[in-house]
Amino acid sequence: MIALIVRRLLLGIVTVACIYALTFVMVISLPGNPFQQGQHNIPPEAEMALRARYSMDNNWLYFQEFLAGAVRLDFGPTFTYNDWTCNQIIASALPVSILLGFLAIMIAVLIGVPVGVLSAVKRGSWFDVSSLSLVLLGISVPTFVTGSALLIVFAVCLQVAPVGGWGTLGHLPLPALTLSLPFMAYIARLTRTGMLDALGSDFVRTALAKGASPRAVVWKHALKVAFLPVLSFLGPAAAQAMTGSFVVEKVFGVPGIGQHFVNAALNRDAGLIMSTVLVFSTLLVAFNLIVDVLYTWIDPRISESV
Amino acid sequence: MGMQSDNERTEPQALARADGSRPGAPGKPAARYGTPWRRFAHNRLTQVSAALLTVFVVTSLVTLPFSLRWYNVQELDKAVRHTPAFSPVVSYGHYVQRVTGRSGPGLSAQAEACGSVAHRASSWFGHDDLGRSLFYRVLPGFLVSLGIGLAAAGIAVVIGATWGAVAALTGGRVDLLMMRIVDVIYGLPYILMVILLKIALTRPLTALFAGHTKYADMVILFLAIGGVSWLTMARVIRGQVLSLRSQPFVEAARASGAGSVYILRQHVLPNLVGPIITYAALVIPQAVLQESFLSFLGIGVQQPTPSLGRLAADGVEAVNTFVGYWWLITFPCAILVLTLIALNFIGDGLRDAFDPKSSEAMLV
Repeated sequence: MIALIVRRLLLGIVTVACIYALTFVMVISLPGNPFQQGQHNIPPEAEMALRARYSMDNNWLYFQEFLAGAVRLDFGPTFTYNDWTCNQIIASALPVSILLGFLAIMIAVLIGVPVGVLSAVKRGSWFDVSSLSLVLLGISVPTFVTGSALLIVFAVCLQVAPVGGWGTLGHLPLPALTLSLPFMAYIARLTRTGMLDALGSDFVRTALAKGASPRAVVWKHALKVAFLPVLSFLGPAAAQAMTGSFVVEKVFGVPGIGQHFVNAALNRDAGLIMSTVLVFSTLLVAFNLIVDVLYTWIDPRISESV
Repeated sequence: MGMQSDNERTEPQALARADGSRPGAPGKPAARYGTPWRRFAHNRLTQVSAALLTVFVVTSLVTLPFSLRWYNVQELDKAVRHTPAFSPVVSYGHYVQRVTGRSGPGLSAQAEACGSVAHRASSWFGHDDLGRSLFYRVLPGFLVSLGIGLAAAGIAVVIGATWGAVAALTGGRVDLLMMRIVDVIYGLPYILMVILLKIALTRPLTALFAGHTKYADMVILFLAIGGVSWLTMARVIRGQVLSLRSQPFVEAARASGAGSVYILRQHVLPNLVGPIITYAALVIPQAVLQESFLSFLGIGVQQPTPSLGRLAADGVEAVNTFVGYWWLITFPCAILVLTLIALNFIGDGLRDAFDPKSSEAMLV
């Protein structure tokens, strides 16, 4: 087990390093630069000075300096937000996104899994059909539409939630629910698929034949197997949810980190692009590691094959 | 790299499980009757979805002459701006005078009769804040969205299938390297990739389309979306080719002296058609949805070109300022959602048809 974790950790570090190198190549090969944004271009001398100041006149040097900083968790300055460092931006925005993403994933699992199990058990019933239709809606309706619809109903018409913003508990439910809907849909679908497979397998028949109660068979024996695909979906999904959704943030005015992915890329803000990508890929690798560990814990056969 | 196995587990279940065993393969009895295409054609939900999409496509194509003329005609008259759906406001004579007076020669006699109907239709979905007919924006918008979806899927197929097949057929270090590259790109945030691709492509393509910014814009958009949608395709195809190569019937062919080109053409390629078509069909709705997100962020299709995502995003903005403008969000969103659901049903139908083993578990 520990050998597995160590190996995965090393591989994860290599992955993040490769992602960093790839992002760096993409960023420096983009046309345009952060010093030329806005209404008036700065004088060439000033631009040269700025580039020298941030070591951006020498790509290789910049690569090394940013890497050295990133290892020490110091991502350096941004080029578009004056007086802010990347660290400050991440420190202010990431906790917001992590809280929201965590809530969204919790909602998605707590609703998606039971719905998937029930629709697999009552296959073909009205519950199955209607939950499948809802799943398809969850996958098909863009989040900005569901978010706006929730806002209109709960904030404008019923006035039980604030219209947008951040800071109180009341600001949490609507964006968390909106963010969770697509994940919930996928989880319900994966659970249903896995559950149908599990319910048809021999060990379930054996358990039923031995006289175990159908409820225990479904929720303990079968769900344990059916949950595995959901678990592997949760790794990338959690990383995605916790690095924020620009769309949900824009609809609800949430100061999360998702907007910085978009703005940094649009502004060609090299430092911010690379630090947000590093945050994302680190989270991704970390969650995949957690999923691997949970996997071997649920299904010990896997650790032998790894 | 640790991520590979994790990501492989997250792929669409049916495709991940498609281990090359299909009804035609020896040793596996056909789970249902007929060829994949016949199974596909007999699926009730895919029939309904295909019919719905056909209606949308035909309507958009038939009205295309009118929508091309009217999609950007603004009626800044107070009486026309924000007119609700189903309430005609401008008389036809007034309209023809305004419209044809501006956009070239007038209509012929038959065209005028036709135009009268077409003009009545223009008020069915109401007007937006610039007095433009939503009906004649939604219909070409549907075509633009569908076109972006199809083009992105095409790009995903070309890059992804080639990448996966080359990796699997070459094997060894090349295979390892190619799949590691896919792993690493998987580790990048999707939206960032699309934006960076879009920025990188903008300059060369705008130069290529000299002057036609509208078209350059759309091409950039589907190239960017397609350029990030090929990863899963590459993995699926690689897995498929690898498992096909070790199938008994391929071994039998090799044992009886068949060359590798013959095996590729006779055994591998025909068995790749199913997964390629299935996955391509599932990329289309994803690409349409991605376009709507990009439009909502203001980096999708640029005004005044309509797309379903652009119109839905504009509608959301309009409704956020005043809830009374319900038609601006209802019609684009309804068409968008219906299109996406129909496309998803068709994708699921294809998956069921080409991989009957999974049909048990998938939708319907």
